[in-house]
Amino acid sequence: MLFNRFFRGLSHTSAWLVLTILFAIIIVLFHYSKSAIGDFGFFHFITNSKWIVGNDGNGGNFGGLIPILGTFLSSLIAMVFAIPIAMGIAIFLTEIAPEFLKAPVGIAVELLAAIPSIIYGMWGLFYFGPLLQSWFGGQSNSLLTAGVVLGIMVIPFMAALSRDAMNTTPSVLVESAYSMGATRYEVIKDIVFPFAKKGIIGSVILSLGRALGETMAVAFLIGGVFRFPNSLTSATISIPVLIANNFGEAGNLQLSAMFYMALILFIISFFTITIAKFYFLRKTD
Amino acid sequence: MNRLLLNKIVITLSTLAALIGISFLLWILITLSIRGYHSIDWHIFTTDLVNNGLRNVIIGQFILAGIATVIGVPVGMMAGIYLREYGINSKFSMIVRNLSDVMMSAPSIVIGIFVYGIFVVPFGGFNGWAGVIALAILMIPIVVSTTDSMLSLVPQELREAGIALGASKAQVIYKIVLSAAKIGLITGVLLAFARVIGETAPLLFTSANNNFFSFGLSNQYPSLTVSIYHLALFPSQTSQNLAWAGSAILTLLVLFINLITRFIFKPRKQK
Repeated sequence: MLFNRFFRGLSHTSAWLVLTILFAIIIVLFHYSKSAIGDFGFFHFITNSKWIVGNDGNGGNFGGLIPILGTFLSSLIAMVFAIPIAMGIAIFLTEIAPEFLKAPVGIAVELLAAIPSIIYGMWGLFYFGPLLQSWFGGQSNSLLTAGVVLGIMVIPFMAALSRDAMNTTPSVLVESAYSMGATRYEVIKDIVFPFAKKGIIGSVILSLGRALGETMAVAFLIGGVFRFPNSLTSATISIPVLIANNFGEAGNLQLSAMFYMALILFIISFFTITIAKFYFLRKTD
Repeated sequence: MNRLLLNKIVITLSTLAALIGISFLLWILITLSIRGYHSIDWHIFTTDLVNNGLRNVIIGQFILAGIATVIGVPVGMMAGIYLREYGINSKFSMIVRNLSDVMMSAPSIVIGIFVYGIFVVPFGGFNGWAGVIALAILMIPIVVSTTDSMLSLVPQELREAGIALGASKAQVIYKIVLSAAKIGLITGVLLAFARVIGETAPLLFTSANNNFFSFGLSNQYPSLTVSIYHLALFPSQTSQNLAWAGSAILTLLVLFINLITRFIFKPRKQK
């Protein structure tokens, strides 16, 4: 009986620990951002485009506009690139692929999702970025390179979730449409898509959440320069990259400003993911 | 005729999309194989980073991810057990389940600097334990989620049979439910391990890196992924080659673990 109570207690404590970690993250991020929040406020911080370290190395003028913009723009490019391909893959896997191809293609797509993000960064840095540069000019490490590679990274994730959503379409509906002479395209457009709409939108938003918080691939590829991107092919910076590049040698106020950026990023991704999971991807079991 | 043509176009486009997706995978894998083939030799496995080898960082990465697994798996699994076996439909379980799901997608760099705040600043410097904690935090929600869904596949009758025989709740969970879900749970743990062993961002400001062989987790600790990051950006052919060697080894490892779980452990999915 002692073991029984011990086991239950241990498992209850572990469940609490999960909650505790989440709240601890918010509290710790807030704690370290306090001096930046005090100095710059909220609206001034997110509309200020400067990031200047003070002469003594501790003070300075820090604003989040450029990294916030860089984060959103690179993720937007990622979505524009990923959505058509991911949807194509999902459609291919649910309605088009012959049975013997479904498993291998599905596995290939899932393996693409398993590759660590730093590998995408390496590949983009040495191969894909220079290729894009030779096509579009500008810089090899740019908003465009970062966005497209981010897109490639989220494709498998988006495709797998959309496929799962499409697979929930009752086969009775699909079969009756076919039996009435509908083409595959019509079945997809009029039966599968409307049925899986919520799940598909959810998968896109969830992928957006991933793209917003991605660090390593973007750190290799976005250029890491603190300035407005004046074209698609110019370098800029995103929130995770700002943190990854400058965190190590930051003085007090800059460190606090970076915790502030992390807090903002965490809140943005928290809401994005929450909307996707609880509005669009709500499981009905 | 028009609608048939439209149909053909859509089918072609979708097939093309699948081809594009697969060709990216092949492109990355081929690049890695070629660059890896040219830069991997035995020297890499016998010397440390300080002498242009990867021995210390590979072992370091395994130790970080390994200890993170030892910490993260029991916590995640016990939490998952609570959600599925004790508080199945309670409000508390719903909240934990949902927030754990959200945490699973939280940006890993945020986890990294959170751990910096609680494990690096108070102890006065980067240390291996901070890296372990960061990876464990990343791992816990993944394990919670797989445990939760794997236990949900265990038929209720098995639990009832155990209770009917006079087993306590803990015995039922421990001896019946967990062993029925064993294969799924092992798969989940392996996938979670594969996920964290490739992580870089949470380690940048926690365990940082170390050029020398080390078992001392209270100091800066060697890591393969962080090394790849630094080596790749260092403008020298030698270090970039080393970065490619590291990338090829890491990818091989991660894909190998993924394939194992797919081919050997994956039970037939039933929905």
